[in-house]
Parts: sequence; structure tokens; C-alpha cells
Amino acid sequence: MRKRPHEFFIETAIFLAGTVSIFFVILIFIFLLKEGLALFRTVSLWDFLAGKDWYPISQPPKFGALPLVLGSLWVTLGAIVVSVPVGVACAVYIGEVAPRWLRETLKASVEFLAAIPSIVLGFIGLVTLVPLVQNIFHLPTGLTALSGSLMLGFMAMPTIVSIMEDALSVVPKSYREGALALGATPWQTIWRVVIPAASSGVIAAVMLGIGRVIGETMAVMMITGNAARIPTTLLEPVRTMTATIAAEMGEAVQGSPHYQSLFAIGIVLFIFTFIINLTADFFLHREMADLKKPRKK
Amino acid sequence: MTAAFSLLAVAVSLLFPFAFSFASPDVIQIKGSDTMVNLGQAWAEEFMNRYPETSIAVTGGGSGTGIAALINGTTTIAQSSRDMKPEEKDGVLKATGKTVQDFKVALDALAVIVHPSNPLSELSIGQISDIFSGKVKNWKELGGANQPILALSRERNSGTHVYFLEEVVRKGNGKGPEEFSSSVLMMPSSQAIVQEVARSQGAIGYVGLGYVTPQLKALGIKKSAEAPAILPSIETGQNHSYPISRSLHIYTAGEPEGEVEAFIDFILSPEGQEIVRQMDFVPLQP
Repeated sequence: MRKRPHEFFIETAIFLAGTVSIFFVILIFIFLLKEGLALFRTVSLWDFLAGKDWYPISQPPKFGALPLVLGSLWVTLGAIVVSVPVGVACAVYIGEVAPRWLRETLKASVEFLAAIPSIVLGFIGLVTLVPLVQNIFHLPTGLTALSGSLMLGFMAMPTIVSIMEDALSVVPKSYREGALALGATPWQTIWRVVIPAASSGVIAAVMLGIGRVIGETMAVMMITGNAARIPTTLLEPVRTMTATIAAEMGEAVQGSPHYQSLFAIGIVLFIFTFIINLTADFFLHREMADLKKPRKK
Repeated sequence: MTAAFSLLAVAVSLLFPFAFSFASPDVIQIKGSDTMVNLGQAWAEEFMNRYPETSIAVTGGGSGTGIAALINGTTTIAQSSRDMKPEEKDGVLKATGKTVQDFKVALDALAVIVHPSNPLSELSIGQISDIFSGKVKNWKELGGANQPILALSRERNSGTHVYFLEEVVRKGNGKGPEEFSSSVLMMPSSQAIVQEVARSQGAIGYVGLGYVTPQLKALGIKKSAEAPAILPSIETGQNHSYPISRSLHIYTAGEPEGEVEAFIDFILSPEGQEIVRQMDFVPLQP
């Protein structure tokens, strides 16, 4: 059948709209690589990844990104410890336990959390959470990795809860009915049957939560103190990769090693989020596949 | 297809007049130092009150951001709390073909602040350098209470950071070996430093004179161990007896003309300098 001209036009337009995002991701990645890899003409990869001193504007400059990478990982790790148990519990309550009228309200309010701009959360954290952390642990300052972790854990909650709740909802009703019919209590049904059946989705939710946390910038910059030191406890200030890029980009001379080093940090960050998203994607697809195919024993 | 093209043509013809009006020279763009952004805003408001036909837009972002914008030609005036580097002046010359004009418009005294409960009331430049470079870690080493020191600095994108590094941490030798210790906290704004010092007993930080509030204690500064301690104030800034004060600059590409020239004349006039005083900076003349 011959296509009419306007159909051809619409199809092309949709095709372009669909592929343009891939095109941009590739362009961004090429740009990142081009600017970031130029650093390694003057600094060795090992000095960059394993160097402990970050003095980008000194003479001679030192581009040791290890404290920044560890700072990001430290804050992220803390945020996972905070947000995963609470997030799982929240999703299970919303998805499995709460009465219908409460379910919708709860879900809407958790998703509303995601709509609060991160700088507002950062500001609230700065005036409420930071003094609290300082007083509870009797620290010289409350601007610590822990404050950042708590705040980011809070910010990862909407992602974790809403994806996990979706994952729980695709578990077939027959699983629950079967468990209950065999005499399992509701708690046993949730813990032994529903969560294991949705485990891939649960992992995907956690991974996407991590992706949200590791890329967060403003709130982290405001409340973690930004001292570029290798952290040993959660109660010390840390400097994350994102905060470093945000804080230093304004002053870096274009094309200078400092500018390139910030792009190199961007590459490291990109690799982290890429792996995290890939893992999440893998588990999301596996859950769908798992639940569709009949189980054989 | 033709419909889409004509639609595009209409959209372009609608958008372009706006694009040109944004770039019109009638709007004086001022960009740069965060220290100076409120000061620039105050000057601009007063100037626009007097000449309602002019319009001035003031934005911050840091001294380096303003200077970069001057090089890119996206701002008319760059505000800077540090001297422009020779390579930056070359950059402007190369990009615009014009020589940079430097106007000193005010002075800023940097106060070194501690928590009010801190028993110390004065420090020498050498002692402050030891604190920020990490050689001294506890207040008792300086005769204070037995309490770890929490040193707070501005971020590296701040002109104030660079000034403090060269004049205080490196004791005036800009190429000296001293660095901010890696345990110094880098704060995104002066307000954040004020807030943290006000609630942490072991804290020390530096901010412009305008940020000193009763919840903080500004230390007297000694140029050397033997020199007398001088408290930061408008008077000690003006007579240059206070050791940590600097000039605030306005840079333009080429000689300013028309409204820009009138604006800079206004800044340097007694009325403009009175605004400097009201904004808690130090006017050029008494």
C-alpha cells in the first residue's frame, strides 16, 4: 500500500522524536570523553583515581579524585542504609496492608515528595537536620556525611517506594491466594511469597534510588561540608563528585587542566550511574519475564 | 510539508525581534562577584530611580564567572573582588579587540570570625595561616579552650577564597607553599559560614565586614606576632591599618560610554559611595 505524504511526514517526525534522546545521550558522552580524557595528557590515570590530594588551583595543581569518589560512595552508602528498609516497609504497607482509601492518599503523598525541589530540601536540612546531628553526636560540626545521607535517603524514598509498589502490584493474585490457602499468615505471605516473587523489581527500585542519590548535587553541597578528605566515619565532612563539579566549574578556565579534570570527574560519575541504571533495567526486565513464564519444579 | 514550513517561518519571525531586543545595548548587564552582588543591585536600583529610561540587570556567580562573561561578550560590566589576571585581560583583548578598564569602586575588609564563647580576641596572620593550613588543630595550642578547631572557607569559585589563600594562608606570598588543609570545610556562601560559626563553638571562618552580626565575634588581626591587633571596621579599612582588606573592582571592555559611563560616575560619586557605606562595605574616601 502506498503511503500518503502526510503519513510519511508524521512517521518521520515520530521516529525522530523517538531516536533524538539516544542521539543526545551519545553526543553528551562524546563531549564528556573529549573534554575529560584530555586531562590524561598531563595527569596519569592512576594519579587521578588514586591521588589523595585535590588542589586543582594550586601551582602545580594536584588532581587526586579519590577523596571525592569515596565521598560520593560514602554518602550514597549511608543513604541506602537509611532509605532501603524504610522504603521497602513503606511500599509493602501501601501495596499489601493499607486499606484502599488510605493507599491512594499515601501513594500520592510519597510521590509528592519527589516534586519538592532539592534545594528546598537542602535548605530545610541545613537549618533542622544539621544542628540536630551536631547536638546528638556532640560533633564540632553537623555538616557531615551522615546529614547528607539522611537527607538523600529521604530524597530517594519516592523513587524506591513508587517503583517497588509497582513491582509488588504485578505479582499475580494467585500467589497470595495460594499462600493464604495453605495457612500462611498475611505476614508470612508478604515476607516469604510476595517480596521474593517481586525481588527483581525490589532490586531495580533500590538501584534507581541509588542512581537518584549519587547524582544529587545541591542538597549535598549545602549540608556535607565539602572538605576533600578521605572519610573514615559517617560523622565527618565529605566532598562529593557532584558538589565539586558544581562548586568549581564557574571559576575553571575553559580548556585548562582544572576544567578537564571536572569533566573527568563527570566521566567517573557517568560510569557509576550508567552501571546502576543498566543493573536496574536488567532486573526490571527479569521481573516481567519471571512472572510471565510458568514456573516448573 | 509546506504548512509546516510556513509555520516555522512564522515562529522564527515572531521570535527574532525578541532575540534582538534581549541583546540590545539598552540593558546594562552586570555580572560577577557574589560578594558584590547586593552592592551592585543597590547601585543599579538607585541609578534606575534617577534615570528611569535605563535598565540594569545584576547577577552573581563569582568573580571568575563575571570575568569569563566579559571575555565572551555576554556582560557589559564585570564585578570582581580580585584583580584580573594578565591572561584574562589578554582574553578580553583577543575576543573583543578592546583593552580592559579597571575601576576600583569600594573596599572590603574581611573579618575573621569565631563563636562568641571563644576566649581569644586576637590572632596574628601567621596563626590564622597555621589554622587554615592544618598545622594547628586545637584551640589550646593558641591559648584557647581545649577544643578542636573547625576551619571554614569559601568554595574555590569565590574571589574571596583566592584572596584569603594568597594574603592570609600564604601570608602575602601568592606563590607560597601553604595550602588550605584538606580538613577545611568549603562553604557555598558567606551566609553559610556565618550560620555555621554562630552554632559551632570551635569554628573559625572569614566573611566580608557586612556579614558580621552580634551572634559572631570578629577577631582583632595582627600583621605579625609583635604588631598591634586591629579590629575590622570602616575606619581601619579606609586608613589601611586593618591587614585583610582588599579593593573591589568593576571591569569594562574598552572605555565606558554613554549610560555605562554615567553609571560608573554615579558609583564613584559621594552618593554612590554612601550606598557603599550603607551596604556595610568600606567607601573609598572618608
